Amino acid sequence: MSPVADLAAANESVTRRMTHLRQLEAEGIHIMREVAEVFENPVLLYSIGKDSSVMLHLARKAFYPEKPPFPLMHIDSTWEFREMIDFRERYVREELGLDLIVEINEEGVRSGINPFDYSSRVYTDIMRTQTLKAALDKHRFDAALGGGRRDEERSRAKERIFSFRDRNHRWDPKNQRPELWDVYNTWVHRGESIRVFPLSNWTELDVWQYILLEKIPLVPLYLAAPRPIVERNGDWIMVDDERMRLEPGEVPQMRKVRFRTLGCYPVTGAVASDADSVLGIVHELLTTRWSERQGRAIDRDEEAAMERKKREGYF
Amino acid sequence: MTTESLPTTLAETAEFLARHETKDMLRFITCGSVDDGKSTLIGRLLLETGAVYDDQLAALKHDSTKHGTTDLDVDPALLLDGLEDERQQGITIDVAYRYFQTPRRKFIIADSPGHEQYTRNMVTAASTAKAAIILMDARKGMLPQTRRHSFIASLVGVRSLILAVNKMDLVDYSEEVFNRLSDEFLAFAKRLDVRDIHRMPLSGLRGDNVIRKSQRMAWYEGPPLLEVLETLPVGDDDLNAPLRYPVQRVVRPTADFRGYAGTVASGTVRVGDQVMVLPGRQQSRVKSIVTFDGDLPSASAGNAVTLTLEDEIDITRGEVLAHPDRLPQVDKHFDATLVWMSQTPLVPGKSYWLKIGPKHVAAEVQRVTCRIDVNTLNRVETANLKLNEVGYGRIEVHAPIAFDPYRQNHHTGNFILVDRVSHETVAAGMIIDPRTDAPPGEHFDVGLPSRQLQFTPSRISAQRRQARFGHPGLTILMSGLSGSGKTTLAFALEEILFDAGHAVTVLDGQNMRHGISRDLGFTIEERSENLRRASEICRLFNDAGLICVAAFVAPDEATRAKARDVVGRDRWLHIHLSAPPEVCRQRDASGRYEAADRGEIASFPGVTVPFAPPTDADLVLHTDQMDAPQCLEAIRRLVNAKLNPNP
Ligand SMILES: Nc1nc2c(ncn2[C@@H]2O[C@H](COP(=O)(O)OP(=O)(O)O)[C@@H](O)[C@H]2O)c(=O)[nH]1
Repeated sequence: MSPVADLAAANESVTRRMTHLRQLEAEGIHIMREVAEVFENPVLLYSIGKDSSVMLHLARKAFYPEKPPFPLMHIDSTWEFREMIDFRERYVREELGLDLIVEINEEGVRSGINPFDYSSRVYTDIMRTQTLKAALDKHRFDAALGGGRRDEERSRAKERIFSFRDRNHRWDPKNQRPELWDVYNTWVHRGESIRVFPLSNWTELDVWQYILLEKIPLVPLYLAAPRPIVERNGDWIMVDDERMRLEPGEVPQMRKVRFRTLGCYPVTGAVASDADSVLGIVHELLTTRWSERQGRAIDRDEEAAMERKKREGYF
Repeated sequence: MTTESLPTTLAETAEFLARHETKDMLRFITCGSVDDGKSTLIGRLLLETGAVYDDQLAALKHDSTKHGTTDLDVDPALLLDGLEDERQQGITIDVAYRYFQTPRRKFIIADSPGHEQYTRNMVTAASTAKAAIILMDARKGMLPQTRRHSFIASLVGVRSLILAVNKMDLVDYSEEVFNRLSDEFLAFAKRLDVRDIHRMPLSGLRGDNVIRKSQRMAWYEGPPLLEVLETLPVGDDDLNAPLRYPVQRVVRPTADFRGYAGTVASGTVRVGDQVMVLPGRQQSRVKSIVTFDGDLPSASAGNAVTLTLEDEIDITRGEVLAHPDRLPQVDKHFDATLVWMSQTPLVPGKSYWLKIGPKHVAAEVQRVTCRIDVNTLNRVETANLKLNEVGYGRIEVHAPIAFDPYRQNHHTGNFILVDRVSHETVAAGMIIDPRTDAPPGEHFDVGLPSRQLQFTPSRISAQRRQARFGHPGLTILMSGLSGSGKTTLAFALEEILFDAGHAVTVLDGQNMRHGISRDLGFTIEERSENLRRASEICRLFNDAGLICVAAFVAPDEATRAKARDVVGRDRWLHIHLSAPPEVCRQRDASGRYEAADRGEIASFPGVTVPFAPPTDADLVLHTDQMDAPQCLEAIRRLVNAKLNPNP
């Protein structure tokens, strides 16, 4: 090859080489397609948060021009922020017209399980973990796509992208299938299932950069706005509806805050922020030094809480 | 180093992101033995590139007082230990993934453990890696693990090896130590199938040459570790390879749209390209390349797209599209390197699922041709493979599939084997082309001269030979000075074993020089070469099922170790005959001691060059204190115990 042609080829290579976000995107699409092809009855676990939003976006890309060939499922604890439920109904169900299942632990609701009277451990177990397990059994889902990332928490760093669960939905960290190249072992027996994490290799910054790049719609709670807040055990809790029990002397204050993760409002801490755009969030992320789990009360229960919860079947 | 000041305004953030958007990605692995400082080094990379948040750091400080092993207030190693049980044991036992980034690159570290029994984890970690950091403790130097890790990395196709000589602070940052260790490593690593080798001295604990160049090692002129990682070529191999497009999914939302979804494994596909579908061999032209973001004129390696074709042809999941002038191989049979990953050994002839790309087929391993000892890189004859063993095998699939040799294309040359009942992943496979991929060989620093050389194994297994002779092949080295009694005892032993019904022969150092080593003199190099030839011959005898008694002076440890590696540890017995030099001189009838005294023999062990007594002999006999029958009885008992381990 002549030097000129060589140079041209080298230049072409450079422009064809994929950026890290495009590589992560392609990996996610590949994983989603594999799930749709191989499993009889997969589901995408949709929690309405930013990671779920990225997953949903990848699913739309993966199957275009089709709609995603599997339903979305939201485990609704009944204590989510109202804006989350609005977003779910308006955007996912109405605008995108996707097949969306909502599961609620009616038994738990009847027994009055709530995040005030019960420890976050008991509450989460009943309203989310048990509900999720029951729903997976009820619908006979053999694969569930989740938005977990390995950078979130130490115990996740070792989890496979295709993570096997036994008949009781348990994860055995000591006995994971080796995961080689991009060839996934997807074989399961009846009753067993696989949790699939297409965002395994994404970091929080990747997620936000991708949301910015792809203009992915989000629940507005991620953006800073004046919200009614009370301070409890160092966390800023938003008074989202009349069910919030105020302690004697507690008076909600309006503060400009946003949320880094979304879940049940009484146990999700807000952070003071001026970031009212996705660009602002990325800016904040680059300049602040706190991890997103910081505001999640359930994670501080004890050391290695996450690993225990996963063995019990929590996502 | 390329630390970049963080943006202070939104506009700067936007600019910052625009720069970051062109960032690429490097996946690498870290290998080291326990306590070489791997966790410390990775922890430091994460800490210093800002991958750890303040609240995590606070938790770390808490842990450092609980489990930590350093006197610093933060032990970087503790960042890494993920699972409760392992943390209590204080070791890492699985593959864990870590993430950090610099303005130039996003990095994914697959952290794999260092124990022998975890070959499977290391292969898993290395399968997606482009580079491997091989850690070496400056005080310990090359260990068997160093070779093993480097070999496995090269086997799985890792292109770049980075030797990190760690804990330089404990050897006074000595240039001499670094040069010695890194030269030794280079001599070994040159023979591996890797593209580039980098070497650097560092201290993970003190931070020397990790992120920044160290003032304490001014003599080191190369870049620090992070800079090497930032500038390693990520490889355009996939882009430059021929087009391979495995169809992952057939898309038929309506009667008039038929698309083929997949990820371009290698090369580039363009609208209008003539393509052939394999193994079916139908042809058509690419009509469009469809994505959610609009149609594309072309798509290259790594992109997930959907193709439509001009003609209505029947394509199913797992078939591969390629340009008709650069086709993959299509066959039901192929050879492959297998890494066994299950507690249950391989069963030749048993039906497994084989998954290659999106395709799965029933397959069996017809036979295993040999196993590679990952410590010595020697081929060992075997009929099956057990957990953590690496070997070569012949695979048969039940319907023809399209593939390429792994060296040419990682994506279309790898596969996994899955047990059809337990669903366990039992093996990782890499297809080899027997015409171009010779198994690695490096005895006595003699690499295989050419890749074209083929190694054809015998079809008679070691088991069948053993059934015929009643014993496995075995080499009995009798080492010692001239006059220590080697030759006498060797021939007497031969007679005893022969009379006991064994197939046995003697290889004698002096006798060798009458024929096969006629061209050799007596310098140290020539003596070593004589022993090299002898050990290759022992190995051939052993492969043929014979017991070989080898009588050689074998004066230095390194040469003996190499001979043992050639023959194989499991069929090697070393009996050392020890007697004071004066006694040997007296006994020796050949006149060689006198010749050595006169300077006629350049280097003569015991006279002009030292004899290094072995530290690892299976039996040492003081032939000045025991008579021949006593010696022979001791040897006979040892040999019997070796031949019949469970009488
Ligand atoms: N002096 C010195 N000690 C080190 C260095 N790197 C690691 N260590 C120590 O060596 C021990 C083992 O380190 P660790 O990172 O846990 O090793 P791993 O088993 O390879 O992960 C610990 O006590 C470390 O503090 C180094 O560069 N210099």
